[in-house]
Amino acid sequence: MSNMLQLFTEYDVLGAFLVNIELTLWAALFSTVLGVILLMMRISPVSSLRTVASGYVEFFKNMPLTIIMVFMVLGAFAQIKLSFSTKFSVNFFWLAVTGLSLYTAAFVCESLRSGINTVPLGQAEAARALGLNFMQSAAEIILPQAFRGSVAPLGNTLIALLKNSTVAAAASVATETSSLMSEMIEFHANSIVTIFLMFALGYVILIIPIGALTTMLSNKLAVRR
Amino acid sequence: MKSSINHISRVWRRLLAAFCALACMFTVAGCGSQNEAGKIRIGIKFDQPGLGFKKSGTYVGFDVDVAQYIARKLGYSETQIVFKEAPSKQREAMLQNGDVDMIVASYSITDERKKAVSFAGPYFVAGQDLMVRKDDHEINGPESLNGKRLCSVTGSTSAQVVKQKFASEVQLMEQPGYAECATALFSGIVDAVTTDDIILAGLASNARGRLKLVGKPFTQEYYGVGIKKGNVELGRKIDSAIVDMEQDGSWERAIKDNTVGVDYKPNMKYNPPKPNLGELGAAR
Amino acid sequence: MSNNNESSLLFDEPGPKGRRHIRIANWIGGVIIAIVVVLILMRLHNPPDGENQLDWALWQPALSSEAWTDFYLPGLWMTIKASVLAVIGSVVFGLIFGVGRLLPSKILRAVSGVIVEFCRAVPVLMFMIFFWRLFSFIGMQSASYWAVVIGLILYNGSVVAELVRSGVGNLPGGQREASLALGLTATQSLMQIEVPQAVYAMLPAAVTQLVVVLKDTALGSIIMYTDLLQESRRLGSMYFNILQTLVVAGVVYFVVCWLLSKVAEWLPSRMQERTAAPAEPEPVAPIAIMDASNVNQIAVAKELGEDRYGGAPGRYHVHHRGTNASVRHWRQTRYEQGYDATQPDSEKCKERAERGIPLQNLRPRGNKSDKPGNE
Repeated sequence: MSNMLQLFTEYDVLGAFLVNIELTLWAALFSTVLGVILLMMRISPVSSLRTVASGYVEFFKNMPLTIIMVFMVLGAFAQIKLSFSTKFSVNFFWLAVTGLSLYTAAFVCESLRSGINTVPLGQAEAARALGLNFMQSAAEIILPQAFRGSVAPLGNTLIALLKNSTVAAAASVATETSSLMSEMIEFHANSIVTIFLMFALGYVILIIPIGALTTMLSNKLAVRR
Repeated sequence: MKSSINHISRVWRRLLAAFCALACMFTVAGCGSQNEAGKIRIGIKFDQPGLGFKKSGTYVGFDVDVAQYIARKLGYSETQIVFKEAPSKQREAMLQNGDVDMIVASYSITDERKKAVSFAGPYFVAGQDLMVRKDDHEINGPESLNGKRLCSVTGSTSAQVVKQKFASEVQLMEQPGYAECATALFSGIVDAVTTDDIILAGLASNARGRLKLVGKPFTQEYYGVGIKKGNVELGRKIDSAIVDMEQDGSWERAIKDNTVGVDYKPNMKYNPPKPNLGELGAAR
Repeated sequence: MSNNNESSLLFDEPGPKGRRHIRIANWIGGVIIAIVVVLILMRLHNPPDGENQLDWALWQPALSSEAWTDFYLPGLWMTIKASVLAVIGSVVFGLIFGVGRLLPSKILRAVSGVIVEFCRAVPVLMFMIFFWRLFSFIGMQSASYWAVVIGLILYNGSVVAELVRSGVGNLPGGQREASLALGLTATQSLMQIEVPQAVYAMLPAAVTQLVVVLKDTALGSIIMYTDLLQESRRLGSMYFNILQTLVVAGVVYFVVCWLLSKVAEWLPSRMQERTAAPAEPEPVAPIAIMDASNVNQIAVAKELGEDRYGGAPGRYHVHHRGTNASVRHWRQTRYEQGYDATQPDSEKCKERAERGIPLQNLRPRGNKSDKPGNE
């Protein structure tokens, strides 16, 4: 126990978790926006948009996140010169957020699509009968219900995102949890199990409330049919 | 009715059989053992151009040349050498388990490591140096890195050394390998790469003349040949092989061959070192 | 095709004017995409500083036959070796702990539950780093290989455990009733009737999981496992064309994963013959702790099918939405939350539930029967 306290004072464990939480929150925000755009493209009448959106989803569903992260640094930053800040730590953080958002957006789109499928046909037909056009019926009738129907898969996606934020290590974010854990093990090889359990418990503590909240929300928001 | 229950519970047996078959196949494949009788097993790096690198089915690099020379002196022919990959974090374990007979893999002699393994050599004294773009004239030592961007490999302390001792204003980038660092250097997002000079020289020699070394090493790393703890007899044989190699010119040739195209000279103050079972005696 | 079905839901069949608009929009969309691609290529061709990344001198070593035989193929073999073993291991792990979570014994249920939830909450990369350092510390052979395999087994095994549980949960209640009526005990019914069928139902999802596993082996490169990603980096470190070798590796990953997911799409129809549970893969793998969705996701997937918007009613309704479903409760929640097409009587329950009449009055006590009793 004293061992653990000593480790806690020596390393900024909470700060590392904070980095992961920040990564997660920003990526969640951007991937939701992008995911909704992709979904709209996927269900739109314009066939080129549909093709692009489903191509995007297929691409990111079948591509390892690690490769995407490496590409954010060596491709997007090094070659295309996508740069967020002259300060390296800030820049890599945002590159990691970009990579995570691009990746997660595909899964947000899929989750929302499974939500759309819970909306009965009659809703859309009624919307059309009322004379609403595509954007109106999507934005006012279908999507609000789809969101309520896809709380559970979205919650899963958020949890996956939080766990995936550790892969930011591949994008040179050196302050996040998995990098810190490697560093701590490097210098305290004897308390390797303690160190691992410390981080593992941190994730359990973070993820259980998200799971519980998802369950509660999806119960509360589910459209009873 | 009974038979249909039997039918379903057959699923279990079938699953079990399939798992056993596949698991056996893959565990065997996982630690495949070849016939190694009468051969010498040497741990090297497979991923460091210039030191130890797997290329077209063979291995090239300075460490490989040293290993081959030593093996020859120990009485093994070229075909009796089995090279194994010795990743940095597993080197001590590989020697302790007897997976390899010796390790020649940019293995610095330190007191910490001597607790677990013994060393022969040193066969080379590397020093931490900087690699920059050819047209860069501003960086001429670690002190001039203030405000510059420096790349090093995840988990190595070399970048921290620079930041703490020489240039506190330097920005650090960590990448999984030196090749990523060199790519970043090419594209201009970092200004320098730091690690041991011989590793940098090996990288630069593949860079089609676009990268150069600053040439002012500011630390000393004594590369030794790792052997099983307490195997003094083998250590002495290796030491005398290294002495031979340094004297008959093949040591110098090996360095030249593996750093073609780079104006690289090992730090002459310490090189070639006097091998003494891992004891870091005075340089010649 | 499902695209068309989905979209036909949201807009009327376009008339001549609408079609013209769509054609114009298509052109604009296509041109914008083309411009973006060209801009990126131009940037790669002539970056501000650095070298032309489209140069054949850089691509040639990344595509030569030597690159394939020395780097990509051995790397791919390592990737496949780790993922196949990991999938086998996770199915074993999943069967043990998934069944453990269904057994009558409270202690076994709790223990399996804690293990499964723990493994699902910890990032795979953390597991890998931990086991890698632990195995090297205790001096194990090929530490990174086993670290990758065990890290993947623990996480994906816990996902499979949930699949087993949801597979059993999705079996029609009649299966259990029939086996109980034949005189089997609850455990016998579980082990001999329900779980074997759940295994078939779960196979397509397990193949989908194989895609996840294959993608996650790429994490192994962070712990120096010489998988496809790591080998392509090595190749790139020889000729300084790491970007190009990574592109090749990315293409290989994509093709393999894509083929696997095609297999996963084809499997359900084969497996459906052997099980009474719906054998659709889940659209999103269950991952959440106390997952709300895993039991109902298969049902949702069923509804994703083509006939959903072709006008035919879904065969499985969305039951179990948002419950922490366990086998003990899933039948109950099914009634509380909606009408179950396979049980026509359940509509009565729905009406009663809406009027606020407690369900307990309707159903016989216990969970033995799926069918609401007649009053």
